Amino acid sequence: MLKDITLGQYFPGDTLAHRLDPRTKLILVVLYIVALFCAKYFWTYALVALVLAVCVRISRVRLKALVRGLKPVLIIITFTAVLNLFYTKGEEPLWQWHFLSIYPEGILAAVFMVLRITLLIMGTFLLTYTTSPIHLTDGMESLMNPLKKIHVPVHELAMMMSIALRFIPTLIEETDKIMSAQKARGADFESGNLLQRAKAMIPLLVPLFISAFRRADELAVAMECRCYHGGEGRTKLHVLHYAARDYAAMVLGLAFAAGIFVLGRMGL
Amino acid sequence: MEPILRVEHLTHTYGSGTPFERSAVQDLSFQVEAGEFLGVIGHTGSGKSTLIQHLNGLLRPTSGHIYLDGTDIWAKPKEIRQVRFQVGLVFQYPEYQLFEETVYRDIAFGPTNMGLTPEQVDRAVREAAAFAGLSEELLDKSPFELSGGQKRRVAIAGVIAMDPKVLILDEPTAGLDPEGRERLLANIRAYHQAKGNTILLVSHSMDEIARNVDRILVLKDAHVLMSGTPREVFARAEELESAGLDVPQVTRIARALRDRGLAIDPAVYTTEELTAALLALKKGGSAVC
Ligand SMILES: Nc1ncnc2c1ncn2[C@@H]1O[C@H](COP(=O)(O)OP(=O)(O)O)[C@@H](O)[C@H]1O
Ligand SMILES: [Mg+2]
Repeated sequence: MLKDITLGQYFPGDTLAHRLDPRTKLILVVLYIVALFCAKYFWTYALVALVLAVCVRISRVRLKALVRGLKPVLIIITFTAVLNLFYTKGEEPLWQWHFLSIYPEGILAAVFMVLRITLLIMGTFLLTYTTSPIHLTDGMESLMNPLKKIHVPVHELAMMMSIALRFIPTLIEETDKIMSAQKARGADFESGNLLQRAKAMIPLLVPLFISAFRRADELAVAMECRCYHGGEGRTKLHVLHYAARDYAAMVLGLAFAAGIFVLGRMGL
Repeated sequence: MEPILRVEHLTHTYGSGTPFERSAVQDLSFQVEAGEFLGVIGHTGSGKSTLIQHLNGLLRPTSGHIYLDGTDIWAKPKEIRQVRFQVGLVFQYPEYQLFEETVYRDIAFGPTNMGLTPEQVDRAVREAAAFAGLSEELLDKSPFELSGGQKRRVAIAGVIAMDPKVLILDEPTAGLDPEGRERLLANIRAYHQAKGNTILLVSHSMDEIARNVDRILVLKDAHVLMSGTPREVFARAEELESAGLDVPQVTRIARALRDRGLAIDPAVYTTEELTAALLALKKGGSAVC
């Protein structure tokens, strides 16, 4: 059950979407998000969806995998849709019952909100599906480099992030294992009221924290044994290079965001 | 007599519907008699851990059935906890599951979950600690102060304390030094003799299995390759080697001697048996090594 979490999962491949520089992809995702928030009406949303569809096609990520990523946020999507449906007021209600009323504007707002969240999540998932966590943090570190001037510990942040990403699957597996072991001794994680359930988590959380600390300790020692001392003067094995395709992709991305911005302003 | 555990056509598929789909056990059938000491052996990845997690209902079969004392354990899914109390499972590296402030309270976790009275729990904890080879003064210590081997004994005691009819141990000696390994196995043997209950010992070391169990179940690639007494199993050494398993060292020596022309039973598996066989040969006056 815990294995269903696909957050940050990477599907290896060798498509254009995989080969782009991670920095390019990060910039493109930012542009995509900007465009998404400039979208106003069906035309602009359709255009954003079309661009996403083309990117999905290029990356050969299966649609099923993308849709699966939506599962964890289904509740949030439903919740915002319902809120928008009932709280957006217009002129003529379509339907009324006590204090509840639905206006055509509300239906539109709900539809757009669902579209916006879905497209947002699918777009960012496409990034993590086509970019390995290592590349992703490399890209972020490189993009945030200017911040070093104002003493932001960019390298350390990036290192922490790669380590965290690396250990998510390990911790999930560990959680599964400890849970099974405690269930074998009659632990019950599924029934009881809130307080009982919270208490039932102790046999799971204590071993999990202990093993996380142990792992952190071991990793720190291993890093120090290899003379790790932070980012200063450190060179990279894989140096990032922009290729022609990166410049082309960025120009296209900029044009796309600008286009949506203008169309949105026109109310389309 | 009805076998205590009966597994029929058990199949378990991990990650069905994803590209990572794979069957970890496939169409497995076997029985375990009450009071038996059964060894389960197989190469890493052959499905041992998956199989045993079915026996106490931690995993649900993709297809097939498991009968405990003649009743399907999934007949009443709501009461699966009762099955877990009857079939005690000690996981691989169980020392990582300890969580209580004292050894005593950690061992008491299982019996308390069973709903026993404090007196019954106390008796169960002390008895289990003794079986697992833990001295009384350890009971008030924090489990996190103990050595690795002691922690493992605490975890094993935590399962023994539930007084299960069937005790399953998944590679209990993994990562212990030879002496600690030997002592732990001696404790398990003593427990088996004192209680007379059924034990399943999972291992990938033939030497370890050979000296302890009544019967061996050999797994290979999600299937049962063979099962039988140690003697029957070791007589089929070629098949074992094809499954990536070694026969015990003694058996290997016996086979090598036979290949050099000595009339020796190639399926002997204890040092005593081999010595006896060699002495008999010497008396018989045939070839001398
Ligand atoms: N939770 C799991 N999810 C997916 N595959 C698994 C899981 N557990 C085990 N497997 C796979 O099932 C096969 C059998 O594993 P396991 O039962 O642990 O074997 P053994 O204990 O004999 O080493 C292995 O190929 C392993 O990769
Ligand atoms: Mg195993």
